[in-house]
Amino acid sequence: MSTESARDIWRRQFDGAELRSGPFTTMSGIPLEPVYGPPEGEFPGLFPYTRGVHASMYRTKLWTMRMFAGFGTALDTNARFRQIVGAGATGLSTAFDMPTLLGLDSDDPLARGEVGRCGVAIDSLADVDDLFRDIDLGEISTSMTINSPAAVMLALFVAHAEKSGVARRRLSGTLQNDILKEYQAQKEFVFPPRASMRLVRDTMAFAASDMPRWNSISVSGYHIREAGSTAVEELAFTLANGFAYVELAVRAGLAVDDVAPRLSFFFNAHIDFFEEIAKYRAARRLWATWLRDRYSARDPRSWQLRFHTQTAGVSLTAQQPDVNTARTAIEALAGVLGGTQSLHTNAMDEALALPSKKAARIALRTQQVIAHETNVTNVADPLGGSWYVEALTDEVAREAEVIFATIDEMGEGSMLDGCIRGIEENWFQRRIADSAYDLERSFNRGERIVVGVNEFLEGNDDEVATLRITDDDERLQVARLDAVKRARSSESVAETLHHLRVDASDPEVNLMPPLIDAARAHATVGEMMSALVDVFGRHVEVPTL
Amino acid sequence: MSTRVLVAKVGLDGHDRGVKVVARLLRDAGMEVIYTGLFQTPETVAATAVDEDVDVVGISMLSGAHMTLAPLVVRALRERGSSAPLVLGGIVPPGDEAELLTLGVAAVFGPGASGGDIVRIIESLA
Repeated sequence: MSTESARDIWRRQFDGAELRSGPFTTMSGIPLEPVYGPPEGEFPGLFPYTRGVHASMYRTKLWTMRMFAGFGTALDTNARFRQIVGAGATGLSTAFDMPTLLGLDSDDPLARGEVGRCGVAIDSLADVDDLFRDIDLGEISTSMTINSPAAVMLALFVAHAEKSGVARRRLSGTLQNDILKEYQAQKEFVFPPRASMRLVRDTMAFAASDMPRWNSISVSGYHIREAGSTAVEELAFTLANGFAYVELAVRAGLAVDDVAPRLSFFFNAHIDFFEEIAKYRAARRLWATWLRDRYSARDPRSWQLRFHTQTAGVSLTAQQPDVNTARTAIEALAGVLGGTQSLHTNAMDEALALPSKKAARIALRTQQVIAHETNVTNVADPLGGSWYVEALTDEVAREAEVIFATIDEMGEGSMLDGCIRGIEENWFQRRIADSAYDLERSFNRGERIVVGVNEFLEGNDDEVATLRITDDDERLQVARLDAVKRARSSESVAETLHHLRVDASDPEVNLMPPLIDAARAHATVGEMMSALVDVFGRHVEVPTL
Repeated sequence: MSTRVLVAKVGLDGHDRGVKVVARLLRDAGMEVIYTGLFQTPETVAATAVDEDVDVVGISMLSGAHMTLAPLVVRALRERGSSAPLVLGGIVPPGDEAELLTLGVAAVFGPGASGGDIVRIIESLA
C-alpha cells in the first residue's frame, strides 16, 4: 500500500521542474515554501488543479505578458507590435477591425468609417505579410482575436508563415475561434451556428494534425462578462461552451485527448477581487472533473484548464481616467493570484478611445510591478486555505453546476446541443441582458459606489489626450487592397474560390486546405467569406430586449 | 401619449449591452421603445424611424465610426422628411462631442452618462 501523501506527490513533481532564479524569500529574508497546505490537502499540479495547473507555478515561469493591440493599417500595427516586443512583452495579440471581424473587405460599402478603427484592417495575404514583418513567428507566440472568419485568418497566417520559412509545427499561439460566445454575447457572427461549428471542427482537426504548438480555440468568457453577465454566468457559460467544443470534436471522430489539451480559456478579471479568484479556482476544478468523469479524458493535460486573463474594460470609467490604473492593477493581481497563464492589462484611457502609446506602456508596466516588485510570484495559490476563498470557490462551482444542468437538459444530455439550442432560443442572450440591467439599476439606485461616477467627483473635468485615428487609414487601406487586386492572377483567385465552394458543400471535407490555397492566391478575406456565405447562408439575430 | 423612441445599433460593432440597458431604462420610464437590432445602416434607421413615426432616434456605436456614420444618419432622416432629433450613445472621445453637435446630433451620451440623465434629456427632446 502506498503511503505517499498528496504533498509527497506534489513534491516529486516540483523537484522535477526547472526553476527561475530566486531569491524565494520575503523582503526581510524569510524563506518561503513553494506552496502551503496540509499533507492531504489539494496541491497545484495535482487533480483537480484548484490550486493551479503546474506544481511550481510562477517559480518556473511568470505568466506571459500578452498585450492586445491593433489599429490602422497592418504597418501601423506592426510598428506597435515591435514596440511591445521591445518593451519586454513575450507574446502578441492581434485586434482586428470590425470589417475584418465580419469578413468584409475594406472597400465594402458597409465598412465605411470602420476601417482600422477598433483594430487592424486585414484584407489579404499582403496585409498579413506586413503585420508580422520582422517578427519571428517561430519564437514569439501570437494570438489572433477573430471568430467568424477564424478559419480564413488561420489560412492566411499559415500561408504567411510558409512564405517566411517558418514550419507549421513551430507556430505557437492561439486562434480565438470561439463562435458560440459570438452568438451569446459579442455578436460578431456571419454564418448560422451549425455551419460555423463545422468551420471550428475543421480548424481543430487541422491544428491536431499540422500545428502541434497551436491552441485551436480560446474559449472566452471575457466577452460574456463584458456583455453584462455575472461572474458565475461567465464561468458556467464559458465552460459549457468548452464542453460543446469537446463534444463537437468527439462527434467528428477526434480523440478527446487529442483536442482537449489544445483548448485554452480566456476570462475576465473584474473588480470584485475575491469573487474573481474564486472563479478561476472553480474553473480549474470543474473542467478537470468534467473532462475526466463525463468525457473520459485520460491525459492529465486534458484536465488542466489553462487561461488568459484580461482586466475588465467595463470597469473603467470615463471620469478621472487616471484612476483606472488602480482598478486595472487590482484586477490584474486577482488574475495572478488566481494562477493565470497570460495577462492583458487595459490602458487607463480605454473608456474613451483606443489606448495612447503612453497609456499602453503604463498598462504593461503595471504587470511588471506585480511580477517583479510585489513578491506574489513566490508561492503558488497563496489564498488557498483561506476559509473565505475556499467557501467562495465551492459556492461559485456549485452555482455553475446548476447552470450546467439547465444547459444539459436543453440539449437532452448533450452540452453541444444545449448550447446551440440556448443560442437559437435566445436563452443565453436574455440572461446576460437581465444581469446587465440588474447591475445598472443597482448603480442608478446608488447601492454601489463607483469612484468618480457617483461619488468623489472632484477632478472630473481634467482633460485627457487620446489617440485619434483618421480617415487617412481607410483611404490608404482601400488603395492597398486595390493594388493587391491588380497584381494578382484573377484566374487563380476564381479557381481557388470555386474549389472552396465545392468543398464547402460537402460537410465531410476539411476546409483548411482550400482556404490556404485561396489565401496563397491573394483571394481577399471578403471573397473567401462570400464564397462560404454562398453555401452556408447568413445568421440573423431576432432583436430582443 | 407616451414618447416613441427608436433605438438602433449602427455599423458593424456587436456591443449591445449599452443599447439594451438604455432601451430598458426608457421603457421602464414609460416610453414606447422600438429596438432595431444589430448592423443597421443610416438608410435602414431612417426608414424605420419614418415607418414607426418616432419622436426621437437613438443610435449606439462603440466602434469609433460615429464621426462618419452619425452625420449620415442625420442626413438620411432629413432626406426622408423626419425631423426626429438624433441622440448618440457609445465610446465618444471628449473632443468629438462638440463637433457632433454642430453636425446635427442633438445629444451625445458618452461612457460617463448616467441613466437618469439619458431619460431626462430624451424626454425633453421629444
